[in-house]
Amino acid sequence: MALIDDMRKGSRLALSRVLTLVENASPTGQAALNQLFPYTGKAHKIGITGPPGSGKSTLVNKLAHQLRLNEPAAKVAIIAVDPTSPFTGGAILGDRVRMLALQNDPMVFIRSMASRGALGGLATATQALSQVFDAAGYDYILIETVGAGQSEVDIVNLAHTTIVVDVPGLGDDIQSIKAGILEIADILVVNKADHPGADQSTRYLRSMIRMGHRTSSPSYGKHALKEWQEPEPKENEPEKELEPDWLPPVMKTIATDGTGIMEVVEKIQNHRSWLEKTGNWEKKDAFILREVVKKMVTASLVSKFEAEVPEDEIERLLSDVNRRKVSPSEAATQLVAYNRTGINPHLSE
Amino acid sequence: MTEKKIRVLIAKPGLDGHDRGAKVVARALRDDGMEVIYTGLRQTPEMISEAALQEDVDVIGLSILSGAHNALVPQIIRKVRENGQNEVIIFVGGIIPEDDIQGLLDAGVFKIYGPGTDTRQVSREIREAVQAATLVD
Repeated sequence: MALIDDMRKGSRLALSRVLTLVENASPTGQAALNQLFPYTGKAHKIGITGPPGSGKSTLVNKLAHQLRLNEPAAKVAIIAVDPTSPFTGGAILGDRVRMLALQNDPMVFIRSMASRGALGGLATATQALSQVFDAAGYDYILIETVGAGQSEVDIVNLAHTTIVVDVPGLGDDIQSIKAGILEIADILVVNKADHPGADQSTRYLRSMIRMGHRTSSPSYGKHALKEWQEPEPKENEPEKELEPDWLPPVMKTIATDGTGIMEVVEKIQNHRSWLEKTGNWEKKDAFILREVVKKMVTASLVSKFEAEVPEDEIERLLSDVNRRKVSPSEAATQLVAYNRTGINPHLSE
Repeated sequence: MTEKKIRVLIAKPGLDGHDRGAKVVARALRDDGMEVIYTGLRQTPEMISEAALQEDVDVIGLSILSGAHNALVPQIIRKVRENGQNEVIIFVGGIIPEDDIQGLLDAGVFKIYGPGTDTRQVSREIREAVQAATLVD
Protein backbone atom coordinates (compact mmCIF):
# COMPACT_ATOMS: atom_id res chain seq x y z
CA MET A 1 0.00 0.00 0.00
CA ALA A 2 1.54 3.30 -1.12
CA LEU A 3 0.03 5.11 1.84
CA ILE A 4 1.85 2.80 4.25
CA ASP A 5 5.17 3.29 2.50
CA ASP A 6 4.73 7.08 2.64
CA MET A 7 3.81 6.85 6.30
CA ARG A 8 6.83 4.72 7.15
CA LYS A 9 8.99 7.26 5.30
CA GLY A 10 7.67 9.95 7.62
CA SER A 11 4.82 11.60 5.71
CA ARG A 12 2.51 13.14 8.28
CA LEU A 13 -0.33 13.41 5.78
CA ALA A 14 -0.08 9.68 5.06
CA LEU A 15 -0.01 8.96 8.79
CA SER A 16 -3.10 11.08 9.31
CA ARG A 17 -4.93 9.33 6.47
CA VAL A 18 -4.02 5.89 7.78
CA LEU A 19 -5.32 6.91 11.22
CA THR A 20 -8.66 7.85 9.65
CA LEU A 21 -8.93 4.60 7.69
CA VAL A 22 -8.17 2.63 10.84
CA GLU A 23 -10.51 4.67 13.02
CA ASN A 24 -13.36 4.04 10.60
CA ALA A 25 -12.63 0.30 10.60
CA SER A 26 -12.69 0.27 6.81
CA PRO A 27 -11.36 -2.81 5.00
CA THR A 28 -8.40 -0.71 3.81
CA GLY A 29 -7.76 0.29 7.41
CA GLN A 30 -7.80 -3.33 8.52
CA ALA A 31 -5.38 -4.26 5.74
CA ALA A 32 -3.13 -1.37 6.76
CA LEU A 33 -3.09 -2.60 10.37
CA ASN A 34 -2.15 -6.10 9.26
CA GLN A 35 0.68 -4.71 7.19
CA LEU A 36 1.90 -2.46 10.02
CA PHE A 37 1.70 -5.00 12.82
CA PRO A 38 5.28 -6.38 12.42
CA TYR A 39 6.64 -2.87 13.06
CA THR A 40 4.81 -2.40 16.36
CA GLY A 41 5.89 -3.18 19.90
CA LYS A 42 8.49 -0.49 20.50
CA ALA A 43 6.54 2.50 21.79
CA HIS A 44 5.97 3.24 25.46
CA LYS A 45 2.23 3.68 25.82
CA ILE A 46 1.22 5.92 28.70
CA GLY A 47 -2.41 6.27 29.70
CA ILE A 48 -3.76 9.33 31.47
CA THR A 49 -7.17 9.05 33.07
CA GLY A 50 -9.19 10.81 35.72
CA PRO A 51 -12.42 12.73 36.26
CA PRO A 52 -13.61 15.45 33.87
CA GLY A 53 -11.94 18.76 34.56
CA SER A 54 -9.13 17.27 36.62
CA GLY A 55 -6.58 18.70 34.20
CA LYS A 56 -5.72 15.65 32.09
CA SER A 57 -5.24 17.58 28.85
CA THR A 58 -3.12 20.25 30.50
CA LEU A 59 -1.06 17.55 32.17
CA VAL A 60 -0.62 15.66 28.90
CA ASN A 61 0.50 18.89 27.26
CA LYS A 62 3.15 19.46 29.92
CA LEU A 63 4.26 15.81 30.02
CA ALA A 64 4.76 15.74 26.25
CA HIS A 65 6.70 18.98 26.45
CA GLN A 66 8.94 17.61 29.20
CA LEU A 67 9.53 14.34 27.36
CA ARG A 68 10.61 16.33 24.32
CA LEU A 69 12.97 18.46 26.46
CA ASN A 70 14.52 15.37 28.00
CA GLU A 71 14.88 13.53 24.71
CA PRO A 72 15.16 15.90 21.75
CA ALA A 73 15.22 12.95 19.33
CA ALA A 74 12.04 11.32 20.66
CA LYS A 75 8.77 11.45 18.78
CA VAL A 76 5.65 11.87 20.89
CA ALA A 77 2.10 11.03 19.82
CA ILE A 78 -0.99 12.04 21.73
CA ILE A 79 -4.37 10.38 21.35
CA ALA A 80 -7.05 12.40 23.13
CA VAL A 81 -10.47 10.80 23.48
CA ASP A 82 -13.62 12.84 24.15
CA PRO A 83 -17.18 11.55 24.44
CA THR A 84 -19.61 11.11 21.57
CA SER A 85 -23.18 12.28 22.13
CA PRO A 86 -25.41 9.24 22.64
CA PHE A 87 -28.25 11.14 20.95
CA THR A 88 -26.80 12.68 17.83
CA GLY A 89 -23.54 10.77 17.33
CA GLY A 90 -21.70 14.09 17.20
CA ALA A 91 -18.87 15.19 19.44
CA ILE A 92 -16.90 18.24 20.46
CA LEU A 93 -13.24 17.33 20.70
CA GLY A 94 -11.70 20.07 22.77
CA ASP A 95 -8.50 18.64 24.19
CA ARG A 96 -6.31 20.43 21.66
CA VAL A 97 -7.21 23.74 23.27
CA ARG A 98 -4.88 22.82 26.15
CA MET A 99 -2.13 21.62 23.85
CA LEU A 100 -1.49 24.66 21.67
CA ALA A 101 2.10 24.91 22.85
CA LEU A 102 2.87 21.57 21.17
CA GLN A 103 1.36 22.57 17.87
CA ASN A 104 4.58 23.94 16.40
CA ASP A 105 6.72 20.95 17.36
CA PRO A 106 7.13 18.71 14.29
CA MET A 107 8.04 15.76 16.54
CA VAL A 108 4.64 15.82 18.24
CA PHE A 109 1.46 14.53 16.60
CA ILE A 110 -1.88 15.08 18.33
CA ARG A 111 -4.97 13.21 17.25
CA SER A 112 -8.41 13.75 18.77
CA MET A 113 -10.87 10.87 18.84
CA ALA A 114 -14.54 10.63 19.66
CA SER A 115 -15.52 7.68 21.83
CA ARG A 116 -18.23 6.65 19.30
CA GLY A 117 -20.36 4.77 21.78
CA ALA A 118 -17.65 2.83 23.61
CA LEU A 119 -18.05 3.00 27.37
CA GLY A 120 -14.74 2.09 28.98
CA GLY A 121 -13.15 5.53 28.64
CA LEU A 122 -11.63 4.90 25.22
CA ALA A 123 -12.95 4.50 21.69
CA THR A 124 -13.05 1.06 20.12
CA ALA A 125 -10.28 2.02 17.72
CA THR A 126 -7.94 3.68 20.25
CA GLN A 127 -5.82 0.55 20.52
CA ALA A 128 -5.57 0.32 16.74
CA LEU A 129 -4.58 3.98 16.44
CA SER A 130 -1.84 3.45 18.99
CA GLN A 131 -0.53 0.60 16.83
CA VAL A 132 -0.37 2.94 13.84
CA PHE A 133 1.65 5.51 15.81
CA ASP A 134 3.86 2.72 17.12
CA ALA A 135 4.58 1.51 13.59
CA ALA A 136 5.17 5.09 12.45
CA GLY A 137 8.09 5.25 14.87
CA TYR A 138 6.63 7.27 17.73
CA ASP A 139 8.57 6.56 20.92
CA TYR A 140 5.95 7.72 23.37
CA ILE A 141 2.22 7.48 22.91
CA LEU A 142 0.21 9.43 25.46
CA ILE A 143 -3.39 8.31 25.58
CA GLU A 144 -5.85 10.59 27.30
CA THR A 145 -9.17 8.94 28.17
CA VAL A 146 -12.54 10.64 28.32
CA GLY A 147 -13.27 12.13 31.72
CA ALA A 148 -13.60 8.97 33.75
CA GLY A 149 -15.64 8.18 36.81
CA GLN A 150 -15.07 5.10 38.87
CA SER A 151 -15.14 2.22 36.47
CA GLU A 152 -13.81 3.36 33.09
CA VAL A 153 -10.71 1.23 33.31
CA ASP A 154 -10.16 0.10 29.69
CA ILE A 155 -6.94 2.07 29.55
CA VAL A 156 -5.22 -0.61 31.62
CA ASN A 157 -5.72 -3.03 28.71
CA LEU A 158 -3.74 -0.74 26.48
CA ALA A 159 -1.11 1.27 28.35
CA HIS A 160 2.20 0.15 29.79
CA THR A 161 2.00 2.89 32.38
CA THR A 162 -1.29 4.26 33.68
CA ILE A 163 -1.44 7.65 35.34
CA VAL A 164 -4.59 8.43 37.31
CA VAL A 165 -5.19 12.13 37.86
CA ASP A 166 -7.10 13.17 40.94
CA VAL A 167 -7.86 16.63 42.28
CA PRO A 168 -8.34 17.88 45.82
CA GLY A 169 -11.80 17.82 47.29
CA LEU A 170 -13.34 14.86 45.49
CA GLY A 171 -14.10 12.80 48.54
CA ASP A 172 -12.86 11.29 51.73
CA ASP A 173 -10.78 8.24 52.53
CA ILE A 174 -13.65 5.86 51.75
CA GLN A 175 -13.61 7.00 48.12
CA SER A 176 -9.94 6.16 47.98
CA ILE A 177 -10.36 2.53 49.05
CA LYS A 178 -13.15 1.75 46.60
CA ALA A 179 -12.43 -0.56 43.72
CA GLY A 180 -12.00 0.78 40.23
CA ILE A 181 -10.10 3.59 38.73
CA LEU A 182 -7.69 4.29 41.59
CA GLU A 183 -6.69 0.63 41.59
CA ILE A 184 -5.33 0.75 38.06
CA ALA A 185 -2.84 3.53 38.71
CA ASP A 186 0.87 3.00 38.28
CA ILE A 187 1.34 6.64 39.12
CA LEU A 188 -1.20 8.76 41.00
CA VAL A 189 -1.18 12.47 40.40
CA VAL A 190 -2.96 14.98 42.62
CA ASN A 191 -3.28 17.86 40.19
CA LYS A 192 -4.29 21.43 41.11
CA ALA A 193 -2.14 20.99 44.18
CA ASP A 194 -2.43 24.69 44.90
CA HIS A 195 -6.09 24.17 45.75
CA PRO A 196 -7.13 23.60 49.36
CA GLY A 197 -7.18 19.99 50.46
CA ALA A 198 -4.32 18.81 48.26
CA ASP A 199 -2.27 17.52 51.15
CA GLN A 200 -5.24 15.65 52.54
CA SER A 201 -6.01 14.01 49.18
CA THR A 202 -2.38 13.02 48.88
CA ARG A 203 -2.46 11.49 52.38
CA TYR A 204 -5.63 9.51 51.61
CA LEU A 205 -4.13 8.12 48.43
CA ARG A 206 -0.83 7.23 50.08
CA SER A 207 -2.57 5.42 52.90
CA MET A 208 -4.69 3.53 50.37
CA ILE A 209 -1.52 2.30 48.70
CA ARG A 210 0.07 1.31 51.99
CA MET A 211 -3.08 -0.65 52.82
CA GLY A 212 -2.09 -3.30 50.34
CA HIS A 213 -2.76 -1.92 46.94
CA ARG A 214 -2.20 -4.44 44.19
CA THR A 215 -0.53 -2.65 41.33
CA SER A 216 -2.08 -2.98 37.93
CA SER A 217 1.17 -3.77 36.23
CA PRO A 218 1.78 -7.35 37.34
CA SER A 219 -1.87 -8.36 37.41
CA TYR A 220 -1.98 -9.74 33.90
CA GLY A 221 -2.85 -13.14 35.21
CA LYS A 222 -4.96 -13.09 38.32
CA HIS A 223 -2.12 -13.84 40.67
CA ALA A 224 0.81 -12.82 38.57
CA LEU A 225 2.41 -11.17 41.57
CA LYS A 226 2.81 -14.55 43.20
CA GLU A 227 3.66 -16.41 40.01
CA TRP A 228 6.51 -14.16 39.19
CA GLN A 229 9.76 -15.36 40.75
CA GLU A 230 13.20 -13.87 40.94
CA PRO A 231 15.70 -15.78 38.84
CA GLU A 232 18.11 -17.86 40.97
CA PRO A 233 21.25 -15.86 41.69
CA LYS A 234 24.23 -17.38 39.93
CA GLU A 235 27.31 -18.44 41.85
CA ASN A 236 30.22 -16.04 42.19
CA GLU A 237 27.89 -13.23 41.40
CA PRO A 238 27.14 -10.69 44.05
CA GLU A 239 23.62 -11.31 45.24
CA LYS A 240 21.32 -8.94 43.45
CA GLU A 241 18.80 -6.97 45.37
CA LEU A 242 15.31 -8.29 44.99
CA GLU A 243 13.43 -6.02 42.63
CA PRO A 244 10.73 -4.55 44.82
CA ASP A 245 7.13 -4.54 43.68
CA TRP A 246 6.08 -1.34 42.05
CA LEU A 247 4.39 0.86 44.61
CA PRO A 248 2.44 3.59 42.82
CA PRO A 249 3.89 6.94 43.85
CA VAL A 250 1.51 9.78 44.67
CA MET A 251 2.72 12.97 43.03
CA LYS A 252 1.51 16.53 43.46
CA THR A 253 1.36 18.74 40.38
CA ILE A 254 0.10 22.11 39.22
CA ALA A 255 -0.16 21.36 35.52
CA THR A 256 -0.98 24.93 34.53
CA ASP A 257 2.40 26.25 35.72
CA GLY A 258 4.43 23.05 35.34
CA THR A 259 5.05 22.36 39.03
CA GLY A 260 5.87 18.70 39.63
CA ILE A 261 5.91 17.72 35.94
CA MET A 262 9.60 16.87 35.83
CA GLU A 263 9.10 14.53 38.78
CA VAL A 264 6.17 12.77 37.11
CA VAL A 265 8.22 12.19 33.96
CA GLU A 266 10.97 10.75 36.16
CA LYS A 267 8.45 8.32 37.66
CA ILE A 268 7.28 7.34 34.18
CA GLN A 269 10.88 6.48 33.28
CA ASN A 270 11.31 4.61 36.58
CA HIS A 271 8.18 2.63 35.88
CA ARG A 272 9.42 1.73 32.44
CA SER A 273 12.75 0.48 33.71
CA TRP A 274 10.96 -1.46 36.46
CA LEU A 275 8.76 -3.09 33.79
CA GLU A 276 11.81 -3.96 31.72
CA LYS A 277 13.97 -5.27 34.55
CA THR A 278 11.26 -7.48 36.00
CA GLY A 279 10.10 -8.95 32.71
CA ASN A 280 6.79 -7.19 33.11
CA TRP A 281 7.20 -5.28 29.85
CA GLU A 282 6.87 -8.51 27.86
CA LYS A 283 4.07 -9.73 30.11
CA LYS A 284 2.19 -6.49 29.66
CA ASP A 285 2.68 -6.65 25.91
CA ALA A 286 1.38 -10.21 25.81
CA PHE A 287 -1.57 -9.20 27.96
CA ILE A 288 -2.44 -6.25 25.72
CA LEU A 289 -2.30 -8.39 22.58
CA ARG A 290 -4.38 -11.12 24.18
CA GLU A 291 -7.05 -8.51 24.95
CA VAL A 292 -6.92 -7.24 21.37
CA VAL A 293 -7.47 -10.72 19.95
CA LYS A 294 -10.26 -11.42 22.45
CA LYS A 295 -12.06 -8.22 21.48
CA MET A 296 -11.71 -8.99 17.79
CA VAL A 297 -13.09 -12.48 18.25
CA THR A 298 -16.10 -11.03 20.06
CA ALA A 299 -16.62 -8.38 17.42
CA SER A 300 -16.41 -10.79 14.52
CA LEU A 301 -18.76 -13.27 16.21
CA VAL A 302 -21.24 -10.48 16.73
CA SER A 303 -21.09 -9.34 13.12
CA LYS A 304 -21.33 -12.94 11.90
CA PHE A 305 -24.37 -13.37 14.13
CA GLU A 306 -25.94 -10.19 12.79
CA ALA A 307 -25.33 -11.29 9.23
CA GLU A 308 -26.72 -14.79 9.68
CA VAL A 309 -29.72 -14.46 11.94
CA PRO A 310 -32.68 -12.93 10.11
CA GLU A 311 -34.06 -9.70 11.49
CA ASP A 312 -37.64 -11.04 11.71
CA GLU A 313 -36.46 -14.00 13.79
CA ILE A 314 -34.94 -11.57 16.30
CA GLU A 315 -38.09 -9.43 16.24
CA ARG A 316 -40.32 -12.47 16.75
CA LEU A 317 -38.37 -13.57 19.82
CA LEU A 318 -38.21 -10.03 21.16
CA SER A 319 -41.98 -9.73 20.99
CA ASP A 320 -42.24 -13.03 22.87
CA VAL A 321 -39.97 -11.52 25.48
CA ASN A 322 -42.12 -8.38 25.61
CA ARG A 323 -45.20 -10.50 26.32
CA ARG A 324 -43.30 -12.31 29.07
CA LYS A 325 -43.65 -15.62 27.22
CA VAL A 326 -39.91 -16.15 26.88
CA SER A 327 -37.24 -14.90 29.24
CA PRO A 328 -34.40 -12.77 27.88
CA SER A 329 -31.92 -15.53 28.58
CA GLU A 330 -34.04 -18.18 26.80
CA ALA A 331 -34.40 -15.84 23.83
CA ALA A 332 -30.64 -15.33 23.69
CA THR A 333 -30.00 -19.07 23.86
CA GLN A 334 -32.41 -19.69 21.00
CA LEU A 335 -30.89 -16.97 18.85
CA VAL A 336 -27.39 -18.29 19.38
CA ALA A 337 -28.56 -21.84 18.61
CA TYR A 338 -30.26 -20.57 15.49
CA ASN A 339 -27.03 -18.93 14.49
CA ARG A 340 -25.03 -22.12 14.97
CA THR A 341 -27.33 -24.55 13.22
CA GLY A 342 -29.54 -22.41 11.06
CA ILE A 343 -32.46 -24.28 12.63
CA ASN A 344 -34.93 -22.68 14.94
CA PRO A 345 -35.02 -25.05 17.94
CA HIS A 346 -38.30 -23.48 18.95
CA LEU A 347 -40.01 -24.75 15.79
CA SER A 348 -38.31 -28.15 15.57
CA GLU A 349 -39.50 -29.18 19.02
CA MET B 1 -19.57 -0.34 9.59
CA THR B 2 -21.22 2.97 10.26
CA GLU B 3 -21.07 5.79 7.76
CA LYS B 4 -17.92 7.86 7.85
CA LYS B 5 -18.14 10.67 10.38
CA ILE B 6 -17.63 14.18 9.07
CA ARG B 7 -14.73 15.76 10.93
CA VAL B 8 -14.66 19.55 11.24
CA LEU B 9 -11.98 21.84 12.63
CA ILE B 10 -13.33 25.06 14.12
CA ALA B 11 -10.63 27.66 14.67
CA LYS B 12 -10.31 31.35 15.37
CA PRO B 13 -7.33 32.86 13.58
CA GLY B 14 -6.01 36.24 14.57
CA LEU B 15 -6.35 38.35 17.62
CA ASP B 16 -9.99 39.04 18.39
CA GLY B 17 -11.19 37.43 21.58
CA HIS B 18 -14.82 36.61 20.93
CA ASP B 19 -15.51 32.96 20.29
CA ARG B 20 -19.20 32.72 21.02
CA GLY B 21 -20.07 32.45 17.33
CA ALA B 22 -17.46 29.75 16.83
CA LYS B 23 -18.85 27.81 19.77
CA VAL B 24 -22.43 28.13 18.54
CA VAL B 25 -21.44 26.72 15.14
CA ALA B 26 -19.35 23.97 16.78
CA ARG B 27 -22.31 23.00 18.92
CA ALA B 28 -24.71 23.05 15.96
CA LEU B 29 -22.48 20.78 13.91
CA ARG B 30 -22.08 18.46 16.88
CA ASP B 31 -25.85 18.27 17.18
CA ASP B 32 -25.97 17.34 13.52
CA GLY B 33 -23.77 14.32 14.23
CA MET B 34 -20.38 15.66 13.19
CA GLU B 35 -17.12 15.39 15.12
CA VAL B 36 -15.95 18.90 15.80
CA ILE B 37 -12.38 19.63 16.84
CA TYR B 38 -12.34 22.93 18.62
CA THR B 39 -8.99 24.65 18.92
CA GLY B 40 -9.85 27.93 20.56
CA LEU B 41 -8.67 31.49 20.24
CA ARG B 42 -5.68 33.23 18.68
CA GLN B 43 -4.49 30.66 16.20
CA THR B 44 -1.82 31.37 13.61
CA PRO B 45 -2.31 30.07 10.05
CA GLU B 46 0.45 27.52 10.76
CA MET B 47 -1.32 26.22 13.86
CA ILE B 48 -4.59 25.84 11.97
CA SER B 49 -3.11 24.05 8.96
CA GLU B 50 -1.10 21.78 11.27
CA ALA B 51 -4.17 20.87 13.32
CA ALA B 52 -6.15 20.19 10.14
CA LEU B 53 -3.37 17.90 8.94
CA GLN B 54 -3.08 15.93 12.19
CA GLU B 55 -6.83 15.55 12.56
CA ASP B 56 -7.42 14.70 8.88
CA VAL B 57 -10.53 16.86 8.83
CA ASP B 58 -12.98 17.16 5.97
CA VAL B 59 -13.93 20.74 6.77
CA ILE B 60 -12.32 23.81 8.35
CA GLY B 61 -14.50 26.56 9.80
CA LEU B 62 -12.78 29.89 10.45
CA SER B 63 -14.38 32.50 12.65
CA ILE B 64 -13.03 36.01 12.18
CA LEU B 65 -14.37 39.20 13.67
CA SER B 66 -11.20 41.26 13.63
CA GLY B 67 -11.22 42.42 10.03
CA ALA B 68 -8.00 40.58 9.21
CA HIS B 69 -9.76 38.05 6.97
CA ASN B 70 -8.20 39.25 3.71
CA ALA B 71 -4.75 38.61 5.13
CA LEU B 72 -5.42 35.44 7.12
CA VAL B 73 -7.84 33.37 5.08
CA PRO B 74 -5.78 33.08 1.85
CA GLN B 75 -2.70 32.22 3.93
CA ILE B 76 -4.55 29.43 5.67
CA ILE B 77 -5.94 28.06 2.41
CA ARG B 78 -2.47 28.10 0.87
CA LYS B 79 -0.91 26.24 3.81
CA VAL B 80 -3.64 23.63 3.90
CA ARG B 81 -3.23 22.97 0.17
CA GLU B 82 0.57 22.87 0.54
CA ASN B 83 0.10 20.10 3.09
CA GLY B 84 -1.67 18.10 0.41
CA GLN B 85 -5.19 18.47 1.78
CA ASN B 86 -6.69 19.56 -1.51
CA GLU B 87 -10.20 18.41 -0.89
CA VAL B 88 -10.74 20.07 2.52
CA ILE B 89 -13.70 22.44 2.49
CA ILE B 90 -13.06 25.80 4.13
CA PHE B 91 -15.85 28.05 5.29
CA VAL B 92 -15.76 31.39 7.06
CA GLY B 93 -18.02 32.91 9.66
CA GLY B 94 -18.04 36.29 11.34
CA ILE B 95 -18.05 39.87 10.18
CA ILE B 96 -17.03 40.05 6.53
CA PRO B 97 -17.82 43.27 4.60
CA GLU B 98 -19.86 42.85 1.44
CA ASP B 99 -16.96 44.08 -0.72
CA ASP B 100 -14.60 41.39 0.52
CA ILE B 101 -16.86 38.40 0.00
CA GLN B 102 -16.13 37.79 -3.68
CA GLY B 103 -12.38 38.00 -3.11
CA LEU B 104 -12.53 35.34 -0.41
CA LEU B 105 -14.71 33.06 -2.51
CA ASP B 106 -12.23 33.46 -5.36
CA ALA B 107 -9.43 32.52 -2.98
CA GLY B 108 -11.15 29.18 -2.43
CA VAL B 109 -13.58 29.73 0.44
CA PHE B 110 -16.64 27.49 0.16
CA LYS B 111 -19.19 29.75 1.85
CA ILE B 112 -19.28 32.77 4.11
CA TYR B 113 -21.82 32.79 6.92
CA GLY B 114 -22.58 36.15 8.49
CA PRO B 115 -24.36 36.91 11.75
CA GLY B 116 -27.89 35.55 11.92
CA THR B 117 -27.32 32.59 9.62
CA ASP B 118 -29.50 29.61 10.50
CA THR B 119 -27.08 27.00 11.84
CA ARG B 120 -29.17 24.27 10.19
CA GLN B 121 -28.33 25.81 6.84
CA VAL B 122 -24.63 25.71 7.74
CA SER B 123 -24.65 22.04 8.68
CA ARG B 124 -26.82 21.04 5.72
CA GLU B 125 -24.61 22.79 3.17
CA ILE B 126 -21.45 21.40 4.73
CA ARG B 127 -22.81 17.88 4.76
CA GLU B 128 -23.82 18.13 1.10
CA ALA B 129 -20.44 19.55 0.12
CA VAL B 130 -18.54 16.81 1.94
CA GLN B 131 -20.70 14.12 0.40
CA ALA B 132 -20.17 15.59 -3.06
CA ALA B 133 -16.40 15.75 -2.49
CA THR B 134 -16.29 12.12 -1.30
CA LEU B 135 -18.21 10.94 -4.36
CA VAL B 136 -15.68 12.60 -6.62
CA ASP B 137 -12.79 10.83 -4.85
